[in-house]
Amino acid sequence: MSYEPQPDFGTPASRADEQVTLTMDGRAVTVPQGTSVMRAAKESGGDIPSLCATDSVKAFGSCRLCLVEIEGRKDTPASCTTPVEQGMVVHTQTARLARLRRGVMELYISDHPLDCLTCSANNDCELQDQAAAVGLRDVRYGYDGANHLGTAPDISNPYFLFAPDKCIVCSRCVRACDEVQGTLALTVEGRGFASLISAGQAGDDFLGSECVSCGACVQACPTSALMEKSVKQLGLPERSVITTCAYCGVGCTFRAEMKGEQLVRMVPWKEGKANRGHSCVKGRFAWGYTNHKDRITSPMIRERVDEPWREVGWGEALAFTANRLNAIKAKHGARALGGITSSRCTNEETFLVQKLVRAGFGSNNVDTCARVCHSPTGYGLKTTFGTSAGTQDFDSVEHADVMLVIGANPTDAHPVFASRMKRRLREGAKLIVIDPRRIDLVKSPHIEAAHHLALQPGTNVAVLTAMAHVIVTEGLADEAFIRERCDWDEYQDWARFVADERHSPETLEPVTRVPAAELRGAARLYASANNSAIYYGLGVTEHSQGSSTVMAIANLAMATGNIGRPGVGVNPLRGQNNVQGACDMGSFPHELSGYRHISDGAVRASFEADWGVTLDPEPGLRIPNMLDAAIDGSFRALYIQGEDILQSDPNTHHVAQGLAAMELVIVHDLFLNETANLAHVFLPGSTFLEKNGTFTNAERRIQPVRKVMEPAAGMEDWEVTQALANAMGLGWSYAHPREVLAEIARLTPSFAGVSWERLERDGSLQWPVNEQFPDGSPIMHVDHFVRGKGKFVVTDYVPTDEKTGPRFPLLLTTGRILSQYNVGSQTRRTANAMWHEEDLLEIHPTDAENRGLKDGDWARLASRTGETTLRVTVTDRVAPGVVYTTFHHPATQANVVTTEFSDWATNCPEYKVTAVQVMPSNGPSEWQQDYAGLTARARRIEEGEREPAE
Amino acid sequence: MSSTGQSVVRMANQIARNFAALGDEAAIAQTAEHIALFWDPRMKAAAFALDQSLLDPIARAAIDRLKAAA
Repeated sequence: MSYEPQPDFGTPASRADEQVTLTMDGRAVTVPQGTSVMRAAKESGGDIPSLCATDSVKAFGSCRLCLVEIEGRKDTPASCTTPVEQGMVVHTQTARLARLRRGVMELYISDHPLDCLTCSANNDCELQDQAAAVGLRDVRYGYDGANHLGTAPDISNPYFLFAPDKCIVCSRCVRACDEVQGTLALTVEGRGFASLISAGQAGDDFLGSECVSCGACVQACPTSALMEKSVKQLGLPERSVITTCAYCGVGCTFRAEMKGEQLVRMVPWKEGKANRGHSCVKGRFAWGYTNHKDRITSPMIRERVDEPWREVGWGEALAFTANRLNAIKAKHGARALGGITSSRCTNEETFLVQKLVRAGFGSNNVDTCARVCHSPTGYGLKTTFGTSAGTQDFDSVEHADVMLVIGANPTDAHPVFASRMKRRLREGAKLIVIDPRRIDLVKSPHIEAAHHLALQPGTNVAVLTAMAHVIVTEGLADEAFIRERCDWDEYQDWARFVADERHSPETLEPVTRVPAAELRGAARLYASANNSAIYYGLGVTEHSQGSSTVMAIANLAMATGNIGRPGVGVNPLRGQNNVQGACDMGSFPHELSGYRHISDGAVRASFEADWGVTLDPEPGLRIPNMLDAAIDGSFRALYIQGEDILQSDPNTHHVAQGLAAMELVIVHDLFLNETANLAHVFLPGSTFLEKNGTFTNAERRIQPVRKVMEPAAGMEDWEVTQALANAMGLGWSYAHPREVLAEIARLTPSFAGVSWERLERDGSLQWPVNEQFPDGSPIMHVDHFVRGKGKFVVTDYVPTDEKTGPRFPLLLTTGRILSQYNVGSQTRRTANAMWHEEDLLEIHPTDAENRGLKDGDWARLASRTGETTLRVTVTDRVAPGVVYTTFHHPATQANVVTTEFSDWATNCPEYKVTAVQVMPSNGPSEWQQDYAGLTARARRIEEGEREPAE
Repeated sequence: MSSTGQSVVRMANQIARNFAALGDEAAIAQTAEHIALFWDPRMKAAAFALDQSLLDPIARAAIDRLKAAA
């Protein structure tokens, strides 16, 4: 097999509807108006040599290789910068053109190392291809003149290298960084022959520059000047498989490029509808965890958590587990058992775990990690719009005139979509940021927020209600839309509520700390634009008022008519890859797949008929309530697939106490995670590269996940769940995830038209896909809301019970950073650790000075629930009185400090508001020392043949 | 008090406070409906068994309503 790169049409596709017909080398060619001559040639099966052109960036016209002749025109224009015209007659191959192109190639090759046979780009090099295409046989200038040969490569980046001697200064990398990624880290230093690609300031290397390692430059490079180190080490891939990234909720599509069973590189797939050919440092490069030495590939069991693990075969592990589950059920009843599904696993795997709990365990005690992230989105959007999902597709952002970003940090948490946002902002869209921190989006190259409302943490509802006050009292509401699409009486109740003077920006300023004039300006801007879109994240949901804030957002969108067309809407940015899917699949204890309540007899009956069991009509326990019940003795066994609740969930002491009280904790994961310290059974999991299934991203896009290598432990995760079900006597017989997907479609109206075969054919589908929407639904609520009339909900601002005071005078808010993902169990086991070796505490200079803290000092971070120690970063990115940290490292475990307070409607934890004190420290806290000891003991494995995992 | 009991008190009062702006009668109805829809039976049982003085008036009335209907 030989390597086949993705097709490259040279310049971006035109989106014009009008078609143009021209003649090209005697052939009639019809393409959309605005298409370049180069693209027209390539789309119609022809080719024109080129080097500086690639279809991810705008035409540049610098290499002069793509010259053509056009009848009636003088000279030889560059085909990349020349748009087609009706009736145009183009000649792409003439003797004159061949002579000119050879001349250009001679110049390039005269300053290029001729080491093709040993070059890592051999057979994947456009320079090599074009030299062959133009028939270059000799270089008249020789090779002894001034040149760049021997220039030292920059190997500072862990994933790719830059070899200046291989660089032809085509600027594709610079333009990709500018246009695709939007970081503008790269530039061309010097002029003429001295021109050199440079990362940041002269003398910076890639690692030390502003480069975010998205890989766009590497993908754009036509030679091996920018090349993945994995390719240099392993050679070119031989085959590729299209699959979906397992990191954030953007759901990028990649080509997993393979050599046998070995992954060589992940390359963003140009046809991917979520990422449109772009990627970030995690999806593109951070896949090393998949074959990390810490992977556990044998099932393990133990009677008690203070014993070492014992490696056993699958049969013994499953029998041990099933016997214990059955025994606990017999003694304590079905409601003593439960499970947690994973937003990192596929829809099919998640569906089977909740089926195992409901149909096998016999309870509704199933929950998912969305409990701690987007459960308020489910509640809030179901209440106001009628379904628990965002309203738009990602492409919608291209039509937004104003973006309101609240409680989200897209450049770190959803970087590929952030690049699309930034592109639209550079085109002139306006930006409003509501966030306590000055996130990167507030001010970045060629982008500056029109308004940054740096609110006091915990006052989202007050700020949004104040914005609603401005919109209603200044006559900015879209009354026609409201009368047609929403419940008018409910709107009037809401309008009276928000118009009350107590909700004015001026009255609320002391609470929100947002200057009233700034807030009024933001409200006017949002309400007055043609298309305004709201994007939000966990800074909205992870509060006591998370659900109220989601509903307040929905209120704003309805009040201004920003629903039901491109460029507008309410867009939750999902944290993990399959948060949307896990929620869709019936992972919440009160509802079956498709967000239908368990108490609905007709819905329940359809599942009972299909599954041949009777289902409990009462809601089950949520995760924090499972832990409460465990401490009380009524909840005894928990099956956790792909989650690490001891690190990710709030109030670590409470989580540990709950887990320790259980008779049986089953962890199904890739690694011995923190939760496994208190587990009795470890079932080895499979990575996204080792399984088939589907993920659903933040725009409701269902996308295939395809197996590219065999599971290291012998079974895909859905097979493990099925084997456990069968060990309990359930008699499942799925042969492939397509059969699970068929069951999902059979039982879930919004998935009725989804099938494995359709996904193979169409690539992806956005639910609902059913009789009403046979081809899916890129935008929802177009003509009417799912619930009928849109519902305005009065969202009173109810302050959190978490108060600062003399003991704990600062507010801690937590978040994530670009290089790391969630609890870090994957990204910490990659070279991404170079960018974030530890969690750091951001503190304002004034607060730091008051405490005698300097940059890099160790500090004790304490709340009423616990304390930990970490180093500080002194920065005015956070406001005085606010501190910030991440939760990626178990050595820190920021959740030792977070509290039991949670969203009133869903119990989503209040990660974003914890009253804390910060003081100088000289070492780990007592808890950290104790926990390190516990971890060392808990990870022992009998026989001593394995090194304990980190 | 049990761990579940402590959580139930906090949750019931918090739900009630978030519906309070609707007025007492609507707030009681909404609070009761919310608990009915989202709480596991043992949480409801814990709420019924609580020292009712720990509950805010709206939460107390909602729990009473659910208890009467149980």
